[in-house]
Amino acid sequence: MKILVALKQVPDTETKIKLSADGRSIDPTDVKWITSPYDEYALEEALRLKESKGAEVTVVSLGGDSVKDVLRNALALGADHAVLLKSDASDPLAIASALAAFAKDKGFDLIMAGNKGIGGDNASVGPMIAELLGIAQANVVVKLEIGEGTFRAEREIEGGTEMVEGSLPAVITAQKGLNEPRYASLKGIMGAKKKTIEELDGAAPAGVTSVLNMVMPPARPEGRKLMGDAAQQAADLFSALKDEAKIF
Amino acid sequence: MILVFCELKDGKLRKPSAEALSEGRRLADASGSKVGALFVGASTAGAADATKYGADVILTCEAAHLASYSSDAFATAIADAVKSKSATVLLGGATAMGKDALPRVAARLGAGYSGDVTGLSMVEGKLQALRPVYAGKAFATTSFSSEVQVATTRPNVFEAVEKPGAGVMESLPAPAGDFKAIVKEILAKGTGKPDLTEANVIVSGGRGMKNGENFAILEELADALGGVVGASRAAVDAGWGLSHGMQVGQTGKVVSPTLYIACGISGAIQHLAGMSGSKYIVAINKDPEAPIFKLASYGIVGDLFEVVPELTKAAKALGIGAHH
Ligand SMILES: Cc1cc2nc3c(=O)[nH]c(=O)nc-3n(C[C@@H](O)[C@H](O)[C@H](O)COP(=O)(O)OP(=O)(O)OC[C@H]3O[C@@H](n4cnc5c(N)ncnc54)[C@H](O)[C@@H]3O)c2cc1C
Ligand SMILES: Cc1cc2nc3c(=O)[nH]c(=O)nc-3n(C[C@H](O)[C@H](O)[C@H](O)COP(=O)(O)OP(=O)(O)OC[C@H]3O[C@@H](n4cnc5c(N)ncnc54)[C@H](O)[C@@H]3O)c2cc1C
Repeated sequence: MKILVALKQVPDTETKIKLSADGRSIDPTDVKWITSPYDEYALEEALRLKESKGAEVTVVSLGGDSVKDVLRNALALGADHAVLLKSDASDPLAIASALAAFAKDKGFDLIMAGNKGIGGDNASVGPMIAELLGIAQANVVVKLEIGEGTFRAEREIEGGTEMVEGSLPAVITAQKGLNEPRYASLKGIMGAKKKTIEELDGAAPAGVTSVLNMVMPPARPEGRKLMGDAAQQAADLFSALKDEAKIF
Repeated sequence: MILVFCELKDGKLRKPSAEALSEGRRLADASGSKVGALFVGASTAGAADATKYGADVILTCEAAHLASYSSDAFATAIADAVKSKSATVLLGGATAMGKDALPRVAARLGAGYSGDVTGLSMVEGKLQALRPVYAGKAFATTSFSSEVQVATTRPNVFEAVEKPGAGVMESLPAPAGDFKAIVKEILAKGTGKPDLTEANVIVSGGRGMKNGENFAILEELADALGGVVGASRAAVDAGWGLSHGMQVGQTGKVVSPTLYIACGISGAIQHLAGMSGSKYIVAINKDPEAPIFKLASYGIVGDLFEVVPELTKAAKALGIGAHH
């Protein structure tokens, strides 16, 4: 089996976002970059399939030279091949097109991605790749079983889950709960240093969306503390919710 | 035409669909366009509900083999409807189904896509979308250069406004029945309570709850308020038997209820990212310095095991849940 895992490099979730002077992007100073958390579940699932069924795992990331860190880390965890698609594309369809063009005709049975990338948060690159390749998809997956040319994927829906069955090849996007990602071993980290990262021209088409501007969230109105004992606080809260917030 | 992909539940229009439809109506009025509501499934009885929220045309794509959701079949039905009506804007609620199907449709049509938007406008005939990025740590306005423009609207943000439309019914041909993937079964049936992303009131518990059994007191308060229970990641990961679906935050659900009550939650940046869009925030924490208080509309410094039962008592006395 051949598995492709799409990895996106994103700011650490601890990051306090600051805007850059152009007003259209975030200020990268002091930002620590990590692999998008959902992509870690995608990679872990691929590595577990490699161990249980035998598979060749390729990781791919689209971006600049800095995304090599994400790829190097994936090699340390056990990925077999790593590919950097050089591109400054930022529109989801352009990114998906470049990833689909790379995957096409390479015989991947499974393409794993995060259900959403921290940052853009569009949750769209996975299903777009599936459409562009004309293959099945299951998104926000918390449990995955691979059969002979088939898959069963449990995916999160409102108030529960549903079981999607389909044929391979397929795009599966990972959700927290799918597995518990491993840590890299020292041996893995040393080994990864010797592996090469293939660099290709990302060749993404022009984007169809662009960011006009970015702003910080509106400041929240000043709050206040409620005093007295628990019964008093409860009574004050509901009168405030009723009279000030006009909720109930 | 502005086309809105709509979902039915038990023969009724789902709230996120009514919200998307109302927003479609507002955009259509602003740009002199028409609104079409699209329904796909084995039965589209109940589709006429869309008239209430301003649909000029109600398009139904009905076939027995569309009884279960299939991403590729539904994407085909939706993309075909966009083409046959020459729609330039396609909207849907950012629901499990909407978020699954609409990006796929966008790719089919070479269209720009914005997910989970919280604001929409038409500027010189083109759509612009306001959306939280970095889980709400910032907001971006996205513009589109493609002819067709696709967006999903975050539940609970847009108002569902009753504004009757013409509601002319029209049926569309269904796609062929050979699917790459299909939903075989719904595993955990809904409890009848709304999902976190759609809930008006959320009562969340964190590590301060001490164990899973104690979440019963949050259930009681949530029931009294007509709300649902959420959790911090620390609580979900503690092995207390809470489901991952309950997690609120940057790597969980991003929620925007009217009222969010955080119990024993410190207010880590990743948690705040998921709930700072709530209209009113109540924090109960025994540590007066807990960062959650910086966001709270109303802060209660105290022991949650004393405060929460008092809140439940007060809510029951007022008969609050009954209004929901
Ligand atoms: C300067 C700047 C400009 C931007 N301009 C735009 C813009 O014009 N329009 C816009 O919509 N967004 C814009 N963004 C955000 C953008 O870059 C998003 O990353 C992009 O929209 C796709 O990511 P997402 O998180 O939305 O993807 P999602 O659809 O949420 O990602 C899902 C999954 O797809 C895979 N994936 C996504 N991106 C990559 C990648 N690069 N390499 C490998 N796998 C990947 C990962 O597995 C990921 O988990 C901009 C960001 C910056 C910093
Ligand atoms: C990549 C990544 C992603 C993450 N994503 C998320 C996410 O999506 N959502 C999320 O929530 N977290 C997320 N986190 C975790 C986050 O950093 C925090 O660890 C977590 O939110 C803490 O949860 P907590 O507030 O419940 O626990 P704590 O920080 O331990 O806080 C417990 C609070 O309870 C109070 N308390 C204790 N007993 C009582 C009592 N009897 N009465 C009243 N108050 C009491 C304490 O004063 C304390 O403030 C993520 C972390 C990482 C690294």
